[in-house]
Amino acid sequence: MSSSGLLSLDLFSLQIFIDNEWHDAVSKKTFATINPSTGEEICQVAEGDKADVDKAVKAAKNAFRLGSPWRKMDASYRGALLNRLADLIERDRAYLATLETLDNGKPYAISYLVDLDMVLKCLRYYAGWADKYHGKTIPIDGDFFSYTRHEPIGVCAQIIPWNFPLLMQAWKLGPALATGNVVVMKVAEQTPLTALYVANLIKEAGFPPGVVNIVPGFGPTAGAALASHMEVDKVAFTGSTEVGHLIQVAAGKSNLKRVTLELGGKSPNIIMSDADLDWAVEQAHFALFFNQGQCCCAGSRTFVQEDIYPEFVERSVARAKARVVGNPFDSRTEQGPQVDEEQFKKILGYINLGKKEGAKLLCGGGPAADRGFFVQPTIFGDVKDNMTIASEEIFGPVMQIMKFKTIEEVVERANDSKYGLAAAVFTRDLDKANYLSQALQAGTVWINCYDVFGAQSPFGGYKMSGNGRELGEYGLQAYTEVKTVSIRNQQKNPCNLLLSNFPTPLTICG
Amino acid sequence: MATNEGQKIPEEEQTAAKLGEGTIPAPLKEWKIQYTKIFINNEWHNSLSGKKFPVFNPANEEKICEVEEGDKEDVDKAVKAARSAFQIGSPWRTMDASERGRLLNRLADLIERDRLLLATLESVNGGKVFSNAYLMDLGGCVKILRYFASWADKNQGRTIPIDGKYFSYTRHEPVGVCGQIIPWNFPLLMLAWKLGPALCCGNTVVVKPAEQTPLTALHVASLVKEAGFPPGVVNIVPGYGPTAGEAISSHMNIDKVAFTGSTEVGLRIKEAAGKSNLKRVSLELGGKSPCIVFADSDMDTAVEFAHQGLFIHQGQTCTAASRLFVEESIYNEFVRRSVERAKKYVLGNPLNQEVQQGPQIDKEQYTKILDLIESGKKEGAKLECGGGPFGNKGYFIQPTVFSNVTDEMRIAKEEIFGPVQQIMKFKTIDEVIKRANNTNYGLAAGIFTKDLDKALTISSVLQAGTVWVNCYGSFSPQTPFGGFKMSGNGREMGEYGLHEYLEVKTVTVKISEKNS
Repeated sequence: MSSSGLLSLDLFSLQIFIDNEWHDAVSKKTFATINPSTGEEICQVAEGDKADVDKAVKAAKNAFRLGSPWRKMDASYRGALLNRLADLIERDRAYLATLETLDNGKPYAISYLVDLDMVLKCLRYYAGWADKYHGKTIPIDGDFFSYTRHEPIGVCAQIIPWNFPLLMQAWKLGPALATGNVVVMKVAEQTPLTALYVANLIKEAGFPPGVVNIVPGFGPTAGAALASHMEVDKVAFTGSTEVGHLIQVAAGKSNLKRVTLELGGKSPNIIMSDADLDWAVEQAHFALFFNQGQCCCAGSRTFVQEDIYPEFVERSVARAKARVVGNPFDSRTEQGPQVDEEQFKKILGYINLGKKEGAKLLCGGGPAADRGFFVQPTIFGDVKDNMTIASEEIFGPVMQIMKFKTIEEVVERANDSKYGLAAAVFTRDLDKANYLSQALQAGTVWINCYDVFGAQSPFGGYKMSGNGRELGEYGLQAYTEVKTVSIRNQQKNPCNLLLSNFPTPLTICG
Repeated sequence: MATNEGQKIPEEEQTAAKLGEGTIPAPLKEWKIQYTKIFINNEWHNSLSGKKFPVFNPANEEKICEVEEGDKEDVDKAVKAARSAFQIGSPWRTMDASERGRLLNRLADLIERDRLLLATLESVNGGKVFSNAYLMDLGGCVKILRYFASWADKNQGRTIPIDGKYFSYTRHEPVGVCGQIIPWNFPLLMLAWKLGPALCCGNTVVVKPAEQTPLTALHVASLVKEAGFPPGVVNIVPGYGPTAGEAISSHMNIDKVAFTGSTEVGLRIKEAAGKSNLKRVSLELGGKSPCIVFADSDMDTAVEFAHQGLFIHQGQTCTAASRLFVEESIYNEFVRRSVERAKKYVLGNPLNQEVQQGPQIDKEQYTKILDLIESGKKEGAKLECGGGPFGNKGYFIQPTVFSNVTDEMRIAKEEIFGPVQQIMKFKTIDEVIKRANNTNYGLAAGIFTKDLDKALTISSVLQAGTVWVNCYGSFSPQTPFGGFKMSGNGREMGEYGLHEYLEVKTVTVKISEKNS
């Protein structure tokens, strides 16, 4: 076991978590996880591949067999286990927040206050659903009694991203476990550490072996093995639209597993001229730069109404220039490094494209340090809709500000995208707020705010930003099979159908 | 237009037809095919390629008429119309939800008005026994549309107690342009299953009916227009799967595809969605549904339901009870009665009142079923009755019963989609649960028992989207229907069926002060 700086890594295992036990990769391979602030290796982690996925799926399937401890467990007790997991995460909150910052690069204050807080709230929210996700009794026509059961789907593969490692883990585990599924989770190769620590807590909380299995590894190997696995009943993926396609295709080529996807975005943030300008500037800044710009719902197309455009741009640039970039463990730091070299280079590539295609670079535009993957807060003005930086997801601290004249025009431009994850509107006018929130093609619309997430509010994409919803009651649908049970009821009215010699006593739709 | 008044059947023959809905009129003796073109923007179009395809009567193998053959270009045209009808500010988008409901109710009224003609066409084109077509298909169709009509203004979003100084609510918005590909076994009913939820939620649709049975869907198209749906809301493109169907599932401008048909094609559709634009996919696919009969059940009931569960509509139902598991102690008697029941069938022209079984839909299905029957004989199942073709014209197959069927035989694993019943023997509950679940399919299941504990335990553990207890094949618009495992994705009907046609939008508004 290794350690990094003051943080001891001896508290948990860096192996594959299957059946509440720790395993080396079948291949014995390991991979390095890197500290993005320095570019240095933190430690080596077991590298899961197809053989390990097979092992994990077998364990999960066994935990899901009829009569298993998990299948026989009271729903209320599943809720109690999820609450206990939340308690343990809260107990170790400072450690987990530190580990998250070390591995991902996000400022420690954010890890501690935002990520960990939302993790706890999400798990506790779904803990409460465990014994409240009711089926229905149904007034079916005819002499039958009918009801539905909301049953777990079975073995759920969950592939989570590196931008919010702990939070995305909670978003996935909460609804899956509340509804009684078993899980094989692949964590991102950039940020496997906190998920593995949580694996320890899952065991400590008392989940039966095999209910949660965690396989660190790479997308094309471990991820592909899950997406095309014949024994996996459902796959939930958060990541890029490009990979989302591969996963849907793999499901179609294998066993028609259910698919939910939370993918990329190029979310419009619309500032009407009647908005509170100070607030709008600050929120638009936050909408894009939060988490180093590494948010699928980042407000990466800021549409500003013509008459306030110059003033808005000026204030936005001043705000971006004041943004403190540096060591994420420093309490003054607002922005840490990007997650890895690949992202770092990709973002710089987009910035160059923006310059080439004629956008006006107003601040930033390059790396922000000699080592580590830091990028300067960057703003482009005079951005046109057809520029690459206005249509592709950059996933970095690069803000595009566009001008618009009329509300009809901005709706058309905002919707002219293959994405439809989120959108925001800043206005004091109730009619404008209502019109825009109805017309925008986005799974979430924020009015006079941005990035407001609650475990209670569903989140997901229109169009190519995804399929299905996470969070809220809606998020439970993605983890249940509905079973209709209809029972012939002879007490209600004696059924004469069989006594008649009419050839078809069955009531198909009637 | 043919007259709506059918011939009255003699009093003594009506008794058989009574089903709480009054009497069944005789099928129309004279009818004319009026609609054979592609329906786009409430207008009739020739196919862009100029091609047509023949439509047959499976009872006599004669051609009924030719229909315009839609292909990719026609689908493109239909999608364009549907997209335009879905534009922000369009008549359809600005229509009150209650008015959408009213239009659906009006469509149901018109279908009811033309019920006799539609039932006759369904019988002639689909080989369906006329009384079934009239009562079940048309009756079901009207009920479904009315059921969803009244959901239109009751599909409520929620206001949500989100943390912080925010007000949050959801809107249940239509997905957009929906491609709907429907099968030939229940042409009208499946059309209603698809149109009902899609239209009540405010979507626009491009429907591809099956190439075997496009006629009734095209008649309904004319009723869609008559009911007053705005142009482009419903578009119907007859054509083939590999051309028009493929164009729908891989179309970049279709937001959702709903398909009912084989698992083989379902896989292709999901893949096409993944390769194109990640359109939402809902699938209702094949099955090999177990029907479990315990020794403590009422045997007459069980024999009859198991029989109907398999033989109804010539065995051409996705929920067919095609693996009948019977407890050892009653096995011999059960087989005896089932064979006796199957032998009672009268086969022939499905328009004739005394006929109980019509032809299979086409030669391909007919050949496939006969091949599976041969495999059953070869693999050692005991042929109790039937086992071959019937008559020398039309695609008729004798009602066939196999006993001593074992789980590894092809007839016990593959979907036959024909009048071929497999009866297996079991000893214990644990054994039968394991065997029933040992399949890639999971569409439906049946249990016959008088024991409450058995009924509840087994209905819980069977991997099937629908479990019938002491009945089989009982459908209703109120109850959701769909598959576990490779029998499908998603649910149709009931409130659950609305989910497939909605995008949920969360709107969160900043407020200055929060009060509970």
